[in-house]
Amino acid sequence: MADREIMSSEIADVQPISPPSTLNLKEVAGDFVRGLWEEIPLFRLVLGMCPTLAVTTSATNGVGMGIATAFVLTSSNIMISILRKIIPDMIRIPAFIIVIASFVTITDLMMAAFTPELHHSLGIFIPLIVVNCIVLARAEAFASKNTIIRSAADGIGMGIGFTLVLILLGSTREILGNGTWFDLPVLTGIMGLFNYEYQPMIVMILPPGAFIGLGLFVAMANMIEERRKGKK
Amino acid sequence: MDNVIEILLILVSTIFVTNFVLARFLGICPFLGVSAKIETSIGMGMAVVFVITLAALCSWLIEKFVLVPFDIVYLRTIVFILVIATLVQFVEMVIRKTSPALYNALGIFLPLITTNCAVLGVALLVVQKEMDFFPMLFFAVGASVGFTVALLLMAGIREQIVHARIPKVLQGTPISLVTAGLMALAFLGFAGLVKM
Repeated sequence: MADREIMSSEIADVQPISPPSTLNLKEVAGDFVRGLWEEIPLFRLVLGMCPTLAVTTSATNGVGMGIATAFVLTSSNIMISILRKIIPDMIRIPAFIIVIASFVTITDLMMAAFTPELHHSLGIFIPLIVVNCIVLARAEAFASKNTIIRSAADGIGMGIGFTLVLILLGSTREILGNGTWFDLPVLTGIMGLFNYEYQPMIVMILPPGAFIGLGLFVAMANMIEERRKGKK
Repeated sequence: MDNVIEILLILVSTIFVTNFVLARFLGICPFLGVSAKIETSIGMGMAVVFVITLAALCSWLIEKFVLVPFDIVYLRTIVFILVIATLVQFVEMVIRKTSPALYNALGIFLPLITTNCAVLGVALLVVQKEMDFFPMLFFAVGASVGFTVALLLMAGIREQIVHARIPKVLQGTPISLVTAGLMALAFLGFAGLVKM
């Protein structure tokens, strides 16, 4: 009981200290943009590999997984930012994991209800968003220290960055490995115009294609960053 | 006799044919993170075998005797991740108290295992496939041994890569990913060995 009083008084103490309406637009925009290149997941921060490699056999799967992860990332960032003064420091990691797991369960059930086909093809990797290091890393490194609006901007930015990489990798693998893009016959169609039959590079759909494709993309991102630094 | 053959098939298929790292893409983060030296990867491998087997056992029991009877299967993800996190902490404490030597060898790897998606992956797979007790146990052992095999092979290769001259942009993660891709290509040779 005493603990509770102390805690509630602490909360009451803390609330007015946090800046009430100093919404700094520049700061929020910075948080949003940072996820798009500066710290884009997968290229700059090497986190969240497993779902990336596993589900990007087609562009559609990439979009589905990206949106699911972005939703979990944004909502758990917001939730943890709201709760950041209440969660004791000692047990913050388990508390974060429970928040994340709840949102993952919501996503899982929603996808099973509204997009059953996508849910089936992503399979076990939807519940595995819980252990996607990006989500926990953003919760720990950003949301637990910053205001709600900044955390939301950070979550949305990181989510979009992650989705972009998934779409890029998924498109590459689908076009080369299957000749289609979002199920449209892109390569097969173009080759068909000239009366050639496109022989798909099946290896791109198979596991090795995922590893090699992502490896080359990371190398490309490194190269672009090198150039950018060289110019400055 | 049939049972023995079935168990052998499960082991071969989880270790080689659908290797957890190279074919199912589970546990990539520790696979890339801890595979720089053979010594550390042996420690990590042993810790993973231990935790995955225990975690699969616990979550299988919980699914069978708690979640299904009370009709709360939709809580599976939350319950399993909590069980795994608790289990890892518990194992760490037990090892520290009972065997300091083992703790020195495995200790630093244990906290990392909570976020290893192979652990949650195995736990979810064994309940999704509705396996019986013994197939479940050997599936978990095979999965974790497969992880360790891939980790050791990778560590062996990476110790050599250090001495090679690699273009600057490929250093670090990109070359590791390409190497893993070539290993996955080699493991594709096992495809079709066992029909599961």
